[in-house]
Amino acid sequence: MNRNEPRITPDLIVEHGLKPDEYDRILKLIGREPSLTELGIFSAMWNEHCSYKSSKVHLRTLPTKGPWVIQGPGENAGVIDIGDGLACVFKMESHNHPSYIEPYQGAATGVGGILRDVFTMGARPIACLNALSFGAPAHPKTRHLVSGVVAGIGGYGNSFGVPTVGGSVRFHARYDGNCLVNAMAVGIARKDQIFYAAASGVGMPIVYLGSKTGRDGIHGATMASAAFGEDSEEKRPTVQVGDPFSEKLLLEACLEIMQKGCVIAIQDMGAAGLTCSAVEMGAKGDLGVTLDLDKVPRREEGMSAYEMMLSESQERMLMVLKPEKEKEAEAIFRKWGLDFAVVGETTSSKRFTVLHGGDVMADLPIKELGDLAPEYKRPFVSLAKPEEIDAENVEAPIGIVEALEKLLAAPDLCSKRWVWEQYDHVILGNTVQRPGGDAAVVRIEDGPKGLALTTDVTPRYCEADPFEGGKQAVAECWRNLIAVGAKPLAITDNLNFGNPERPEIMGQFVGCIRGIAEACKALDFPVVSGNVSLYNETNGRAIMPTPSIGGVGLLDDFKKSATLAFKRAGETILLIGETTGWLGQSMYLREICGREEGAPPPVDLTEERENGDFVRALILDGTATAGHDISDGGLLVAIAEMAIASGIGADLSAAPTDIPAHAHWFGEDQARYLVTVPLPKAEAVQARAKAVNVPVWTIGRTSGDTLTLSGERPILVTILRERFESWLPAYMAGEL
Amino acid sequence: MKAAVLVFPGINRDRDMARTLRLTSGREPAMVWHADTELPSGTDLVVIPGGFSYGDYLRCGAIAARAPIMDSVRAYVAKGGLVLAVCNGFQIACEAGLLPGVLMRNARLKFICRDVFLKVERSDSPFTRGYNAGQVIRVPTAHGEGNYAADTETLARLEGEGRVIFRYVAPDGARDEAYNVNGSTNAIAGILNERGNVLGMMPHPENHVEAAIGPTDGRGLFAGLVEALDQAA
Repeated sequence: MNRNEPRITPDLIVEHGLKPDEYDRILKLIGREPSLTELGIFSAMWNEHCSYKSSKVHLRTLPTKGPWVIQGPGENAGVIDIGDGLACVFKMESHNHPSYIEPYQGAATGVGGILRDVFTMGARPIACLNALSFGAPAHPKTRHLVSGVVAGIGGYGNSFGVPTVGGSVRFHARYDGNCLVNAMAVGIARKDQIFYAAASGVGMPIVYLGSKTGRDGIHGATMASAAFGEDSEEKRPTVQVGDPFSEKLLLEACLEIMQKGCVIAIQDMGAAGLTCSAVEMGAKGDLGVTLDLDKVPRREEGMSAYEMMLSESQERMLMVLKPEKEKEAEAIFRKWGLDFAVVGETTSSKRFTVLHGGDVMADLPIKELGDLAPEYKRPFVSLAKPEEIDAENVEAPIGIVEALEKLLAAPDLCSKRWVWEQYDHVILGNTVQRPGGDAAVVRIEDGPKGLALTTDVTPRYCEADPFEGGKQAVAECWRNLIAVGAKPLAITDNLNFGNPERPEIMGQFVGCIRGIAEACKALDFPVVSGNVSLYNETNGRAIMPTPSIGGVGLLDDFKKSATLAFKRAGETILLIGETTGWLGQSMYLREICGREEGAPPPVDLTEERENGDFVRALILDGTATAGHDISDGGLLVAIAEMAIASGIGADLSAAPTDIPAHAHWFGEDQARYLVTVPLPKAEAVQARAKAVNVPVWTIGRTSGDTLTLSGERPILVTILRERFESWLPAYMAGEL
Repeated sequence: MKAAVLVFPGINRDRDMARTLRLTSGREPAMVWHADTELPSGTDLVVIPGGFSYGDYLRCGAIAARAPIMDSVRAYVAKGGLVLAVCNGFQIACEAGLLPGVLMRNARLKFICRDVFLKVERSDSPFTRGYNAGQVIRVPTAHGEGNYAADTETLARLEGEGRVIFRYVAPDGARDEAYNVNGSTNAIAGILNERGNVLGMMPHPENHVEAAIGPTDGRGLFAGLVEALDQAA
């Protein structure tokens, strides 16, 4: 063992984010004091980000199987069968902490990381999405973070050459010190050409590919596993720097050598770089790995073993190649101008051995580092559910139309055009439905199939009732896929929470997981990949529980997808699903009444399924001319969105007398959709709905250029659009 | 049509362009690697597609303009061969001296992906014969540096010689700075070289050619080229 490294002190252990009992576990495991490099390796493998030690026991309860699931959680990304010999590979991952410290690079490398996860499995990326949560608009840092994160996502995705087609943006004071950047990537591979991380065969060359290793990002994963304090700004050097150009070359080179049959196993170097990728390849393949760091391409001089093992330099890959194909693979990498170096080999020892300058810098049992990392059953408490709010007891401080105008201009509901116009969403020529709808739709290769993609979660519901909130996040995702006519297939979950060592936070986590699991089971909507981001806290203040759900649905014919825009005047507007006027935790209550209170709307999964199947059938047989799910802001906001997207207005019937008007128009009851149908078909649709026990109401007719509610002041669609489009650009220009 | 699409490292609309050429001409284009020194024999259309050649870490297009393949492109242009240079391709063509002027950062300093409206100023070029003069077409832009600028004398020549072939306009064809997406001088979206055989433009006609995906206003450019080249052949 190399003795040039300092001895391990209690301070060093703390600095590496290891708890005393975890250090004891290390001592027992190796029977001696670890070297500094070894301590670094343990800290990288056993931190929350890489080991899922607080979450694993709960994640196991999620449904992950289905006849169409090829690969569930545990690999770089999930894989589902989409027919015709093709597979869809997708995953969502957070880059929260780096994005708060250095928004441009943090967000950019988040996109880079998730793209690598997808093409590592042999898929060509076809779309990206991102779910963003920022602090209150009035917070002095918010504008800077929005601007940097959006530019970073665009800067990486646009250059790499993948369309960014959807996502979500929200604002709330609870994200003031801890923004969330969840990036999702989706790719297409041939079903019989999926590549995995598990190495096989003893004495196989391990090859390092891509960019050179530098000192950037050392301890990034450890940072991502700690809460922020006042000194978070000082952590800037742990944020990596992205190079989308290299990644684009890496993509092309990787796909080329995969196609040529050179690859046995492949793992991208993401969090904890060389350490994590090498250990996973060995541990998953039941093999040992020896790395010779003298062979690692470096861009800085004098790097120590410790630094090389923990560097998070971007755009790097580790592969096990077929020995007879090594030369061919090297030629391909050289053609793309990328580094290629044999840096080690697989062994039969099940040890992870790191050599540097003739010294053994680390010699550790590989399984215990990887799949046998510590696991915690952390204590949790579930807080009492808030009282239900009776709509009769909620005063309407302003008129219905005034409230609509205000809601459309609310930060969470307004148009996010300012954001998605900075993302190239048309590259590759397959974007059928661009950002701004319920789900994006992209054509698969030359068609006729298409994929529908969306990201969803309602954190205020999750906070008020984690179980219902978890269910709702999945249900809304499912609805958004249904609303474009797709068959929902599977999800990826990105679970963002506070400090799991606090029982009430762990309670939120456990509750949300239970809700997600229940909804996924009821809707046959398995979880195939995901990521957990804990310790999202600053100075002891946690974010709202935010389990972002990224969903993928399939359209057999992308041309049949529905959009939310009204298509022509004179069509019947149908409301599908039960309206009770649920105002608890609604946008109306928050934005109009200034109250963040009450129980969130309950989610009836049987109703979700029945109503959803009905709507999808209407879209696919061409009866529905437009489709839209009803979520934040309720019925009237959803109608306004359909009007704004088309420029066509509507005449709406009066609210029923048994519900207060503002609760009818703005309540957030679940399992609801709006569709339009040509007038002569409306009656037949009512009859069809009745036959399958789905509640349907005729609520009005598309008409002219004005939105008219019975008994209210009419309002021009152009004015609604102005409200909807103005807030974000004005805010970002510093005018608000 | 025998098209050759140049591929520099970091170019990323090469696949879009290849598909559009295939759809509109019925022939698969040749993909030509930047390190090659010869265009395929018989090439009658060179396309420099969009993307971020060499990451655009230096001035956009500056490195690609000096790639080995560019000498043969210059020789081909000198013989009157047609070149369509789109987005990063336009930047490369300017850097390579095939077209005058430069493309600066967008006036609002942000990357913008948005459908824009272009007025086709002339229909008597091989690139625009598929359109009517004065026609307004809708095509997408996706760039951060498309703000066209040139010195006064060059601008006067471009305008005087009718070499400004596409201009950003309002949907009804009127000049309106609100629709000049990147702040280009004279709302210039596309220009021809002196001889009229090199077109540089920032927007992406290749992304608007299929009715199933969206508008098809880009089709006229490719259909016109196919017609022109078939007649010449």
